Parts: sequence; structure tokens; C-alpha cells
Amino acid sequence: MHELSIAVSMIEMAAEEAARQGDVRVSALYLKLGPLTGVIKDSLLFSWEVASQGTPLEGSRLVIEEVPVIVYCPDCDQERIVESIQRFCCSVCGVLTAEVRQGRELLVTALEFEPWSDSAGILPAATLMESEMTQ
Amino acid sequence: MTTEPRLVEVRQNVLKQNDLLARSLRQQFRDAGIQVVSLVSSPGAGKTMLLEKMLTRLRAQCRIAALVGDLATENDAARLARSQAPVRQITTGTVCHLDAEMVQRALADWDLASLDCLFIENVGNLVCPSSYDLGEDLRLVLMSVTEGEDKPLKYPTIFNTADVAVITKIDLAAATEFDLDAAHANIQAVRPGMTIFEVSGKTGSGLDELLQFLQPRRLQPALLDFESQPRGVPEGI
Repeated sequence: MHELSIAVSMIEMAAEEAARQGDVRVSALYLKLGPLTGVIKDSLLFSWEVASQGTPLEGSRLVIEEVPVIVYCPDCDQERIVESIQRFCCSVCGVLTAEVRQGRELLVTALEFEPWSDSAGILPAATLMESEMTQ
Repeated sequence: MTTEPRLVEVRQNVLKQNDLLARSLRQQFRDAGIQVVSLVSSPGAGKTMLLEKMLTRLRAQCRIAALVGDLATENDAARLARSQAPVRQITTGTVCHLDAEMVQRALADWDLASLDCLFIENVGNLVCPSSYDLGEDLRLVLMSVTEGEDKPLKYPTIFNTADVAVITKIDLAAATEFDLDAAHANIQAVRPGMTIFEVSGKTGSGLDELLQFLQPRRLQPALLDFESQPRGVPEGI
């Protein structure tokens, strides 16, 4: 349900970064997504489509890398992937462990830019920034 | 001019704004010597009932207040006001969770130093509130016996981001054939080591134990070391 507001935050963030980079548009945004964020990939992709319409991000791709939960197993002294988030245990020895090392990520890792000449008819990022500032 | 797409590495936490604000709220709470406890659950699990009982009981021992999030009505605030503790409603409209900014806005004209403990009742929802740190010291997740013992397995994320689990409506456990052992095992599976309380807001059973645990830490030095698991992405991102 909250994926739409998260998509809007990402679009604002990407538009700001594009404005800083100069006369470019964002063609893709790369996101690392952990299961413990409670954010659903398909829902976020759908929200991205809807929320980016009419913004400089319209037509851009959202590339989501889903990462597993990793916990620290005190018995094995190793980091282990959690096979199911319904059971926070070491995948080797089975001991329950609460020490989460990965899985809370909702992290933009990269932005792909291309010159405006490649894409006609869409307003440059700077336009959005200016219109927001005058509100 | 090159027409090749150019990849620029960034490292930006999408919820950074909320996390930063939550961190600043947490600092303000610490500076003011106030303990902040939030409650999350599905709709109808008994957050308001439990909170009303807790406010009524704790009001005699310490200076206490509550913020309560709701989509549309102010019914919960009206119920909680019966405890005579200061209560403020946050009406979220269509938003399905509280975030740090809503909490900050609601507290803007409150003198935090005049309080020992603040409760924040989140919107009834077991999904979205898990993503948003509110700056609380402790997050309580409630599940009622009428919801079934497998609730933690259906919503592992919210249980994992919480610090304490409270099984509510325990007076109905027999009538609903609630399997307490299975419920405990399920909670431990999604959040190993989690402290669990069993209470009934109606009869008051189990309330003493929960209140003893929740008493503001500065009034209860034994719990000074209690550190909750950090929510959100680690600092610096």
C-alpha cells in the first residue's frame, strides 16, 4: 500500500540527481530491495509506472535487485542466508538467530543517464525542480 | 555529445528522510528523558483497549501521554481521553501508516520534558508501519488470540522490526482454541529471542507484568541496558 509514496520519493530523488548532473534524463534507476522492508517488488514496479507519468522519469526503467536476508550464526561464526523469513535460522546448523546483517535495504545503488537528444518530448529534470520550488 | 547511456553509482536510502527525522526525534526524546513506546497490530487486535488500560494505570505512577494514528475517525482519541492522560489524534487520511514527520508535527507544541512516557498507537496495519521508524525506544506488536496463532508467519516483517510481542484477548484463548505454544514458537521463529506478554485488556490479566516491563527506564534502572534492534538501514547511508 505504501509503495506509491516510496516510488514518488525515488522519482524526486532521481530528478534531483539528474538536475545536478546537467542536461540529462534518467533512463534507469537501480534499486536494492530487502525482504524486511515490507515493500513488494511488483507493487513498486506498478507504482513506478503510475507515479513517473508526467515527470522527467516518465519512460525510465526501474531495475530491482532483490537481496536475501542474511543473518549471523553465532554457532557457526558465519553469515548465512535465511531461506525463509518465516524462520530466522542458520541455513546450515538450524540455530535461531536474530542478528540480521542484510535484508532491510531499500537502497538506490545507481542511476543511468542519457542525453535529452535521445528522448524527445519529455521535459528536462530541471523543469520539474523549478516548478516544485515555485509551489 | 555522446549518446551512450552513462551509469552513475549512488548509494541513497529511499527512506533516508524518514530515518534521519526518526533519529533526530529519538535524540530529542532521550534529551528530554522521555521513553517512547509504539504499538502496531492489525485492525481490531485491541491496541486502543490495551492502551486505555495502560494509560489509566500508569497515570498514577508517571507523567504519560499518547499519540494515536487513525485513518479517519477520532473515536480512538476520545476513548483514550477517558484515561485523563493527554491524548492527541493524528488523522492520516488515506495514508496507511504513521511516519516520523507526522509524529514530529503532532508533538511540535508539546513540552517533552514534562513527560516521562509517550505511547504512539499506529494505524491498524501489519504491513506498511514496518518500514517507518518513528524514533520510538520500543515497538510493541500486538496479536489477538482471535486472529490465529500463525499471524507471525503471515506478517514476519512487522514482527521482525518489533521489540516485544503482546498476545491480546487472552481471556478468549480457550473459546477460540488458540494454541499458545504454537503462537510462541511462531513468534520466536520470525524474531528469535523476542519478549512475549499475554494480556487481556478486558480482565486486566497479564497487565502487571507488561507495565512492570514498560515502566520508564529512568524509574527502573534494571532495564537501562535494554537496547532495541535498530530499525531502518544503518547510519551513514
